[in-house]
This record gives sequence, structure tokens and C-alpha cells, in this order.
Amino acid sequence: MLRFDNVTFSYPGSAPALEGVTFEVNDGEKVGLIGANGAGKSTLMKCVPGLLEASGTITVGGLAVNRENLAEVRRKVGYVLQDPDSQMFMPKVIDDMIFGPVNYGLSREEAEAGADRVLEDLGITRLRDRYNHRISGGEKRMAAIATVLAMGPDIMLMDEPSSSLDPRNRRALINTIKGLDRTMLIASHDLDMILDICSRVILLDGGKLIADGKAADILRDRELLEAHSLELPLSLSR
Amino acid sequence: MDNAQRAMLDLRAMDELASMDSPYHRLSPLSKFLMTVVYIFITASFHKYDLTGLLFMVIFPLIGYQFAFIPVGTCFSKLRNVIPLVAAVGLLNPFFDRAPLFRIGSVNVSGGVVSMITLMLKGVFCLMASFLLMATTQIDDLCRALRKIHCPKMITSLILLTFRYTSVLLDQVSEMTQAYSLRAPGQKGIHISAWGTFLGQLLLRTMDRAEDLYEAMMLRGFSGEFHYAAGRQSSRLSWLAALITCGAVITARYINIPAFITSLFF
Repeated sequence: MLRFDNVTFSYPGSAPALEGVTFEVNDGEKVGLIGANGAGKSTLMKCVPGLLEASGTITVGGLAVNRENLAEVRRKVGYVLQDPDSQMFMPKVIDDMIFGPVNYGLSREEAEAGADRVLEDLGITRLRDRYNHRISGGEKRMAAIATVLAMGPDIMLMDEPSSSLDPRNRRALINTIKGLDRTMLIASHDLDMILDICSRVILLDGGKLIADGKAADILRDRELLEAHSLELPLSLSR
Repeated sequence: MDNAQRAMLDLRAMDELASMDSPYHRLSPLSKFLMTVVYIFITASFHKYDLTGLLFMVIFPLIGYQFAFIPVGTCFSKLRNVIPLVAAVGLLNPFFDRAPLFRIGSVNVSGGVVSMITLMLKGVFCLMASFLLMATTQIDDLCRALRKIHCPKMITSLILLTFRYTSVLLDQVSEMTQAYSLRAPGQKGIHISAWGTFLGQLLLRTMDRAEDLYEAMMLRGFSGEFHYAAGRQSSRLSWLAALITCGAVITARYINIPAFITSLFF
């Protein structure tokens, strides 16, 4: 469903941020993308909806990511940004949720009905008519996910979804993500969350793919993780 | 709370005002926009000595505020920093135009004083009308209305992004000012030696945030059109209100209504 083939990218005047990355994510699979700061996780995520133009090939549901297909690709891919404040730019949660669907041709009524369904599924109906600047960080994170889900994407990309969440909101978020029946690529430093959610893990370092395998195997490999500036997840290090 | 935070709260309060519900809010954005433009144009066109005719123009925004359920004081409190600037526009007129225009008792009132007051009132009335539009119409609805009258996509996108960028900018200013003051105790404001670095960092940081915001919009299909902002549809009532208002405003421009009413009794 989501395929990276020899993907390479460099920021102007810098060493390659991604070098020959090749892997694929199958339908319904939840894959964790791990690596130290600067490993290339966010860069790789940004290449999928064409926010960065990488060399090599990325295909989404058989559709190559290029200028001609960009609108169609972005319709299939939902991207939850690291900072929910950047994701939520409308006054109210409901306004933000219908923004995407209406832009893609749905009527306002259809979009609102879809948004209501998503809010109900996520158990956050109470946020529907709240102002974005009046909800808490945890609620904003859930609302940001809801804005992306409201577009009905086939694939979801999440960049550090659990960052700056308190333990209770983090647990609520993990349960929500686990309950979503979607293909997912989740970039995070929260290895415990990755272990909890993902069946498969991809380890990046210096823009290169270092390891690709079962989450339980990679996240238990202390030597491998430490060699790439990571640590065992807390739940496994006790 | 620093000034940037206060300004950000003011900006958010405008969003909240704009999403309230009232008869004025329910008018279509395009009709409100046209009413405001006609009002501002007509108000600005009053002769510099036509003070009595101009005074009548305050009626229109006042009625608007009543229908919008917004106290007029809100406008003056939100625009507290701008109103003195607007009011100061004609401050030099009394020095240049000293010819007496009329007398009040034994005091000669010069043309300069009258034109100064006229200019001040024009500015304040136009601000009141603009604020009423902004307080009853969300920015996206307004941009959609502008697109309907074929305003170029580039201009409407620019208006929208400037509005969004302002909140990002204020957010960053607030964060950076707080970080600075925590490490510069007892200092008022930012020392002149740090201005260059501060502004440079501010620009870089806001550009990053603004880019994220723009990307978030693009990822959800934004292409410069405002399909999603279809909250208030055009209605006959909206256009009737616009027609009556514009007609009354134009009438008030050509018939000095206070003078006319006075002539009926004296």
C-alpha cells in the first residue's frame, strides 16, 4: 500500500537527510518509525504527501507521489503533525474537522455528519463546538487526529503523537490509535508507545534504514538500540 | 501578562465574537461587506465642514451593534490603541485653517477646528463599521465573500494567511519575551543590543510555524478557494437589509437629516 523505493533527500547545503530508504507498509499494518534526533523520521514522513520532493519512488496505493498526483495522494494520506497548534488553524474544532472534507468536494452537511461520526468514535463529542484555544493540550492532540480522520484517509502518518502529553492523555491516545483500523506509520521517540501499538518497527539513523523487523525483536535488542543513540523501552528495561 | 499575550487574546476574542449568533451575524458575509464598504465610502466623502450631516452617520453602526448584540464599548476597548491615532489625523488643521466659520456665543469657531472634528469623527465611524464587520464575520467567510466578487485568489489567500500569521507571530513574540525577561530580571522590555538577534530569531521561528500551518492547510486540500466557509448563505433578507442600509446611507449623504428635522420644528 505504501512503498518507498530508494528514497533519497538532502536539504540545501546539507548532507543527505535520507539515503536510499526502501521498505513498504502493507494494508492495515501499524509501523513504528524510530531513530535518534536528526535520523530522518520527520523528513521521511514529509516526503509521503509531497511536502518535500525526494528522489527515488514513493507510491501510495499504487499511485506515485509526484506533482500530477499530489491532490489524489493527499486525499489518501492523513498527516498528523507534531505540533497540534499548527494543525488546528480554525476557530472551532468542528470548523477544523470539516475544512478538509469540504475542500475535497463534500457538502457542509455531509462533512459535518462525517465529523460527528469521527468525534463519536473517538469519544470526544464534547469538543465539537469548543474553541481550539480553549481546549487542553491532550484534547487538542485528539482533536488534531480527529481532523485527519474526518478526511477518511487510507493511510495515517503520525509525527510524535504522544509528545507533551500527560500519562492519562497518553494512555487515552494509545488506546485510540490502537482502535483505529488504518494503515499507519508512526514516528516517535516514545518506544513504549511504539511497542504497545506497532507490530513492526523501522529504525533509521543518519537517513539510512538500519533495521526493519518485528517490534518485539528490535525494541528488545539493547545493543542495536544503544548503537543508534536509543535505549530499551522502559517497560522492557525493568 | 505581556502585551503580545494580551493582543493574542484580543485576536482570539474577535474569533469568538464572529462565531456568535445574532440577526446581524446571520446576514450573508457579502451583504455585510458591501454595506460596510458603501458606509465607509460615503462617510469619507462628507465635506470637511459638514459636521451636522456627518453626525447622523453614527446611527448606522450603532444600529448594527444593537442587532449584533455587541456592546459598542467592546469596539472602543478593542481598538483603544488605534482610535487615538485615527483621531490625531486632523490635529494640525486648526493651525492651517484659521478663518472663522461660525460663532458660539462670543467664541469664533474656525474652519480648522470643524474640519479637525469632522476628520476625527470620520475615522472613528469608519473604525466602528469595520470592527462591526470583523466582529460579526469570520475571516474565512469574508475571504469567500471577496472571492464571490472575483477578488483575485492571491489577495484573499494573502488576507487569510496574514490573519493566521499574526496569531503565530504574537504567540512567538510572547514566548520569546517571556524567555528573555526570565533571564533579564529587573529589565523593562528588550535591551536595544538584543533587538537584532531577537527580531532575526522571531522571523525564523515564525516562518517555520507559518510554514507548518500552511502545510497543514495544503494537506487538507486548501487551494485558495473557501468552499469550507459556507456558514452563512446569501438570503433575500440579507440583500434587503443591505439595500435599505445603502439607500439610507446615500440619502443621509445628500440630505442633511439633522438640519431637515430642525427645519420642521423651527
